[in-house]
This record gives sequence, structure tokens and C-alpha cells, in this order.
Amino acid sequence: MAKILAVDDSASMRQMVAFTLKGAGHTVTDAADGKQALDIAKTQSFDLVLTDVNMPVMDGLTLTRELRALPAYRFTPILVLTTEAGTDKKQEGRAAGATGWLVKPFNPDQLLTTVRKVLG
Amino acid sequence: MSIDISQFHDVFFEESFEGLDAMESGLLNLDIGAADVEAINTIFRAAHSIKGGAGTFGFMAVSEFTHVMETLLDEMRNGERDVTPDLTNLLLEAVDVLREMLTAVQQKTETDDERIADVRQKLESMLDAGSESVAGGDASVADVTTNKTEEKEATPKGWKIDFRPHQHLLQTGNDPVRMFRELESLGELSTTVDESKLPPFSDLEPEDSYLTWQLIIKGDIPKDDVVEIFEWVDDDCDLVIEPLMEAAEEEIVADQAQPEPVVEVPSEPVKEQTSSDSAAKPAAAAPAAASIRVGTDKVDSLINLVGELVITQSMLSQIGDNFTEEMLPQLIDGLAQLERNTREMQEGIMRIRMLPISFAFNRFPRLVHDMSDKMGKKVNLKLSGEQTELDKTVMEKIGDPLVHLVRNSLDHGLEMPDVRAAAGKNETGTIHLNAYHQGGNIVIEIKDDGAGLNEDKIYKKAVERGLINGSEILSPEKIHELIFLPGFSTADVVSDISGRGVGMDVVRKNINSLGGSVEVASKQGEGSSFIIRLPLTLAIMDGQTIRVADENYIVPLISIIESLEVKASDIKQVSGRGELYPLRDEYVPIIRLYDVFGVEPDTTDVEEGLLVVVEGEGQKIGLFVDDLLGQQQVVIKSLETNYRKVLGISGATILGDGTVALILDVPGLMTLYRDPSAAIPPQINDERAA
Repeated sequence: MAKILAVDDSASMRQMVAFTLKGAGHTVTDAADGKQALDIAKTQSFDLVLTDVNMPVMDGLTLTRELRALPAYRFTPILVLTTEAGTDKKQEGRAAGATGWLVKPFNPDQLLTTVRKVLG
Repeated sequence: MSIDISQFHDVFFEESFEGLDAMESGLLNLDIGAADVEAINTIFRAAHSIKGGAGTFGFMAVSEFTHVMETLLDEMRNGERDVTPDLTNLLLEAVDVLREMLTAVQQKTETDDERIADVRQKLESMLDAGSESVAGGDASVADVTTNKTEEKEATPKGWKIDFRPHQHLLQTGNDPVRMFRELESLGELSTTVDESKLPPFSDLEPEDSYLTWQLIIKGDIPKDDVVEIFEWVDDDCDLVIEPLMEAAEEEIVADQAQPEPVVEVPSEPVKEQTSSDSAAKPAAAAPAAASIRVGTDKVDSLINLVGELVITQSMLSQIGDNFTEEMLPQLIDGLAQLERNTREMQEGIMRIRMLPISFAFNRFPRLVHDMSDKMGKKVNLKLSGEQTELDKTVMEKIGDPLVHLVRNSLDHGLEMPDVRAAAGKNETGTIHLNAYHQGGNIVIEIKDDGAGLNEDKIYKKAVERGLINGSEILSPEKIHELIFLPGFSTADVVSDISGRGVGMDVVRKNINSLGGSVEVASKQGEGSSFIIRLPLTLAIMDGQTIRVADENYIVPLISIIESLEVKASDIKQVSGRGELYPLRDEYVPIIRLYDVFGVEPDTTDVEEGLLVVVEGEGQKIGLFVDDLLGQQQVVIKSLETNYRKVLGISGATILGDGTVALILDVPGLMTLYRDPSAAIPPQINDERAA
């Protein structure tokens, strides 16, 4: 099963995401903002990064760009969790180097389906 | 697998209320005209999180309402909209509505739909007036539905996919193999790879994509499902998806066979959410238990203490296993250690219930902002000592008295700007809320630099109300005390802000019921300050054990003024008021506790027992008891929860020897003294004996 880094400034979202993924057998590490996530990502490796976009300190798009600049994360799937269904928001995510996105609100089943999609 | 997400509701509510507080204080601090982008961003983020969470957890009304606010805030942070007082006031109102909506969802109560619709309407017209961005938001929702219906019509036998990844596709973390595997799960897949672009090995960049594919997938598959697999890469590849038709049907559906650009993939949550919305409701029917958020450091230190306790326990049990008299010092050491562990555990656990008083202070910037606006006064609110910690229950109960006192300061204390200027003061008045620890108490001060209490006016009013007779000469302090008497109000006109019939007597009563006290200090022309003293917690108190007959009772130490031996000759018998004892310049009524509790005392002779003078609600009474025993901290057990409410008794506790002692409620005893018919039903004694 995969090692997943889940990043969200909302504690309820973090708990929900972690609970769902752990239930599916994954190992989950969580972080409350991009900076925290980046620090964690530098010390260990992950098979997948899930990140919220709007966060204090460092937002999800900056995190994505920073991660892509690290050799260890050039090909790591990074999914952004976004509330915006609009095309330009998705473009922003893609431009930052995100693999894909999951539109909020999502339920646990949708999360698992999407994660399965990237992890194969 | 279906996961019950209602278990995260409590956390969601907690963080949403925190988010609302953050929005509120952010909005109050916004500088009109030249707002700081980061400040707006913080407000925006809070709204954004609430919207996202509400959507996820199925509270669609909350999510939709927040969406409108968010759109406004988004325009503000993008600089498309100026920060005006009207705008911040409207957003503050929206914050209130949102708080009510969330509270209603949390407590499963009704919402005021009219108000919600009204504020939403105001937000929307504010949006319309400034920008066209709302239309965009609605359109995306509309897109989704049209897509859904269109796609239903096509039922081809499968799909032919021409997939040409751009060179950098792999660098997005996407992997064609994964996508093919996913396609395979939809139906029968055949692939043809075109490797003509593959460079000679020496020139090959392993991180680039060179291959292109022709994919044919057969089966009754909705186009959406196929599109969805490629949704993340449609900009990183050339993609053509064509229906695979049987020859006979080809004509009929020919026009649909046109390769169309990949459409925006409908976001499923829109549909799915409704189902999880209805599913979430019955699951969340149980009343929410109050929760508390505790810093991990507090929990860690408790775990550490439990570790020490375990060590002490094993040490003691070793001593106990083969105890000899020589081991007595070790045993005493061990017991001392146990005592220390227990005390530290107690403190540690109490700390868990402690919250910084900022939780109670936080509402005041808004309150003062709104009220001073309304009254045309200029006020600078100063908060200090916000990190002072206080028991959660005390915090919840001190809120209303605090609001009352702050309102009072604003309404009666601070003068209008012109009056202040005329008195040579700064036009802007100051209200200072301060909290700090002192001994085992927390002290909260509400201080203003207003006019101070008007002693002449108070004196006259008190005479008018028959609270005092006009012949007494009272010190300023005594006059200040008058405002705490029931039925006293100095407001000439009952205003909308204070003077709603709730007087200072109620404030004092509420604070007393928490085991605290409130005093006032005032200087005419310079301002007043109200000083509230509260116990740090309601669960433990310092008590004085007293004995009447064979029963032990606890008197809260904070209410005891003094204990004395009295002479029978000093006691005056007054008809209708029983016995009075002259204590310096006042007469203190005597309550013989054995009478109240119906027990057989050692003595009924006042000279052989003791008089414990206690104070409650500003009045003193003397409790006649057999003996004073020790002072100790007692853990309060509620009588009400375990038995029922009994006048004159606030609870019970278990003493060191295992016996139960009742804790006396001084204000209750006063009531009893004034109206003996409210006496304790006799069953209480039977119950206790049983």
C-alpha cells in the first residue's frame, strides 16, 4: 500500500482524508500547510501527495511547484484538492505541475476512486 | 466501502466557529480604503474552508451561503472591490447569519430562513453592483447538468481513442500505463502503439514521452467515463475520442461522431452530494457531546505523569509484598511520592479543562464596534491577559455577566465625544479588559476612563427606591455598593443597549453562583473599574469542614469571613427574624444548622458551639456549628445529577475517610433563612442515612 502525504489547513478535512485512506490500507502523514508539508517531504518519500490549494503560510500551488523542483518528486503524483470547478483554476494547478485534481466537496468513495486512479 | 463521515462533524463545527471568529476579528480590523491584502486573504481562507467543509459534510445551505460571501471576498482580495464600511458591515452580518446557520445545523434546530434569504439577497445585490463574477459561478453548475443529459443519448458500441502525449506528459506525474489499465477496467481494450517518433537510444531522454497510441475499447461505456480517465492530461496530449459504431448504426449517429474537443468533465460531487446529504442526517441524530480541544503538550505531560504513577505504584506494591518494620521510611517516602504524583495529576487534568480567556474576550471587539457605532461614541477597546487560562465551564458562564459589564461601561460610563472634549479628555474613550491570575483565583477587570459613578445620583436613586433611608451618611465605597442591590438602575431612560431590566444585582448573583465575587472601584470624572474574582475551576474548591452532630459539612472557604465564640448575652431575639448577633456595626442573623438539617447536636447552647460568619450575595449570616474541623480541597460532586436539587446544599464530596459530606450553599441558606417554608424536604436525611 502507498505512503501518502495529505495537506490541508482544515482539521476536519485532514481527519476525513486520513481516516479514509488509512481505512484503505495506506500510510498517511498529514500537514496543515504547504511549508509543513515541504519540510516533511524533504525528509521522507511519498508515493502520492494530496494538497489543498488555499492554505496559510504556503498555498498548495506553491507547494506543488516546490515539490516538482525536488529531484525526488519530479514524477510523484500530486493531486490538488480544489473547490473551484472552473477551468482556469485547473489550469493553474496543471501549470504548477500537479498531476490532477479532485474537486471539493468530495466524499470518501470519490477520494478512494481518485487515489486508485493515480496509484494504479 | 462506505465511510461514516459524521464522525468528523464535531471537528468541522469547532474549526468553522473558529474560522468565523477569525473572519469577524479580521473584518473588524480591516482598514477602510487601504486594506491589507494578507488580512483579506485570511478572511477569505476562513470562508473558503467553511464552504469546502460544509460541502464535504453535506451542509449544502451553509456551503451555498458561504459561496456568495467568498465571491465577494475574492473580489476584495483581487483588488476589484474597495473595502467600504457598508461592505464590512454586510460581511459582519453575514458572519452572524453563518454562525446561526452552523449552530442550527449542529444543534439540529430551525434556522431563520427569512433572515438568511435577506442577507443573502443583500450580498448578491452587493455583488451585482460591483462585478459580473456571480454569473460565472452559476454557469459552471449549469454546464454540468447539460453535459449529463447530452451524454445519455449516445450509446455506441465502444470508443476509438487517438492518444498522442506531449513530450513532457510524464513530468506531471501522470503515467499512460496507469490510464490504460483504468481503461481496461471499463471494457475490452486493444492498443496499437506507434513508436515511430522514438529517437535512437543515444538521444533518448528517459523523462520524455515519444510514443503515441491508438486505443479501441469495446462495451457499453458512457463517454464521460472515458473522458474522465484523460481529464488530467487533456492539455498535455492530443486526444481524439470517437464513438465506435456498428456499420448499420453509423448513419443515424453520424453527426455525433464528430471528434469534439474534450469537454470539461462534469464534477460528480454535485450529484453525489445530495445523496450523502440525506444520508448524513439520520446518522447525526444523537446530541453532540461537548468536546474540548487540548494541546498535545498537555496530554503528553499527563501521559508522563501516569508513567510516574505506575512506577510509584509498583514501588509501593513491592514494599507491601514483604513488609517489615524497617521498611517504614521507604513506605513513607513512597506515600509522599504518591501524594506528589496525585497532586500533579490533578493539576494536569484540571489544565485540560482550561482555556485561555481570549475565548470570552474575543466577542468584545465586535460588540464594542457595533455599539459605539450606534451610540456615536468613540471607543478604543484594549484587551490584555488574553492568555490567562480559565476553566471551560466558568468561561461559558462568565460570558453574559462580562457582556453586561462592558455594555454598562459603554453606555453609562463613557461620555459622548463632545462631553469628553469639554472635560479636557481625549475624545476617544478607553475600555480595558484585563485578566490575570492571583492566588487560586482568576481576576478579570473591566476598566473605563469615563465619567465614573455619580455618587449623588446613586444616593438619590437609592432613597427613591426605598433601598436606604435618606438620613444615612455613606462612604463613597458604600454608595458604589448600592448599584448591586436588587431593583436598582441609574439609567434615566431605558436604552436599547443596557438597562434591559437586568440589573447589576443579577450580574453579582451570577458571579456569586460561580463561587466568585464582583466589586467596583470608581472615581468621579476619571472612570470606574469592575473587578471580578473567580475560582479557577468549579470542580474543586477549598472547603472548611465543620461538624454538626455526627455529620460533617463543607463550607466554601471563600465565603467564610470569620469564626468566633459568642456570649449568649450578646444575642438578641427579634420577633419574626429569629436570633441576631451584633458583629461590630451590624446585626448578623444566626442559623442553627442542626435545626435546618434535623440532626441532634452536641449542644444547643451558643456558648459551647461556634459561630461561623459567612457572606453571600452581599449579606452576612452566622452558622451555628458544633465544631470546626480541617480545611481541605474537595472535589465537588453534583447533587442535582445524582439526586435532585436541594435548597441550601450545592453538592457533595467524599472525604479522605470515605464518608460523604454535603457542601453548604450559602446563598441558598440565606433564602432558607428568609423563607423557612422553602425548607429541605425530610427525605434528604433518609436518603443520606441509606
